[in-house]
Parts: sequence; C-alpha cells; structure tokens
Amino acid sequence: MTEWLIMLLMLSSGFFMLLAALGILRLPDLPTRMHASTKAGALGAILVMAAAALFFTEAVVVTKAIAVILFILITAPIAAHAIGRAGYFVGVPLWEGSVKDELKSSYDPETHRLVSGLETAEELDQYRRNLDIKPRIKPKRRKNSSF
Amino acid sequence: MSLAAYITLIMMSLALVVVFIRLVKGPTLPDRVVALELMASIMVGMIGVHAIYTNSSSFIDVAIVMALTAFLAAIGFARFLERGGPRHD
Repeated sequence: MTEWLIMLLMLSSGFFMLLAALGILRLPDLPTRMHASTKAGALGAILVMAAAALFFTEAVVVTKAIAVILFILITAPIAAHAIGRAGYFVGVPLWEGSVKDELKSSYDPETHRLVSGLETAEELDQYRRNLDIKPRIKPKRRKNSSF
Repeated sequence: MSLAAYITLIMMSLALVVVFIRLVKGPTLPDRVVALELMASIMVGMIGVHAIYTNSSSFIDVAIVMALTAFLAAIGFARFLERGGPRHD
C-alpha cells in the first residue's frame, strides 16, 4: 500500500518536472516561463521529498524531508520574485500578447522612480527636486541591444 | 519500486535536456537564470529518487545543500542584475 503511494508520488513528481521543463521551453516570455518553472518545479521537488519521507519512515529522515519541503516552500517564491523584479528593471521585453502591464504607466525606467498618480502638488515638487539624485539602477545603455 | 524509480529518472533526465535547450537559447540573462534554477530543482528531485533507489538516507542531506546553493545563486544573480551588471549576455 505504502509502496504504491511512494511510486505514485515519484512518478507524479517526474511528470511535474517534465511539465515545468516543457513550460520553460514553450512559453513566450520571462514572467510566463517563471510561472511554469517556479510552481511546477517546486511541486516536483516537494513530491520527491514526501516520497522519501514515506519510504524511510525514520524520525531523522522524516524531519530532514520536512525541513527540505519547508525550505523549498519559503525560498521558491522569494527567488522568483527577485529574478522577476530584476528582469523587469533590466528591461526584458514582455510578450506582445500581454494584456496588462500596470507598472508601465507609473514606472520610469530612466530615473528608476515610481509615481502613483495620487500625489499632492508638494509631493510632486519634492519628486522633481530629487530627480538629480543618482538612481541605484542604471538605465539601459544601448538602445539596440541584442534581446 | 525500482521500475518506478527508473521511469522517474528518465522523465527527469528528459526534463534536464529540455531545460538545457532553453539555457542555450536564452535569449536574455534572466531567462538563463530561471533555467538554471529549474535545473537545480530537478537535481534535488533526482537526488531524492536516487536516495530511494539505493535505500541510503544520507542523500537527503545532499538535496538540502543543493536547494540551498540554488537559492543563493538565484538571489546573487538577481542582485547582480539590479546593481548594473551587463545588460546583454
């Protein structure tokens, strides 16, 4: 019974890994690729660790497997957020079929400043006075880069 | 049990090959970073299957280390990109 469950967990983990790989190959741009790889890849690793915990059934190994599962659950979204944020700031082009880019109207890639559109007059004044402070992220240097 | 381990390892190897195609094709550096992260995730899965197949639980530690390094590499790459690394690879 447990053996069948372990086999099922392993095989479904392989299936999800393959699904993530296909997604990362076939999807059109960076955020959609991350959507495939982060979720399906993390689920695949978690299923394997659950299978290992069921297979060994020793307290030490089960604890280690649960630790790995918790670690993956915590770190996968953080890493995806960091890479997605960096990709957007660097200027990775979105798929031309994208419906929504909410940052586009309020984010200025040249100065790396964000405006909500709800600022009062003096806040906008403050914003303009601070424009010459050097942004931490440099804008794109070449217009015709090889993206 | 060993047949299921074989099939899973074959599927994961296939996934590694497919991810490697994306790693070579690019087209931008963040795409490659995402591909590398998924590769590390698949490696964690392969190590887990190998631990079950060889019936030696020590391999779980290797999986922990692999997941840790993958996370640190992803964060490092993201910081490097934001702090003005090369915009084209």
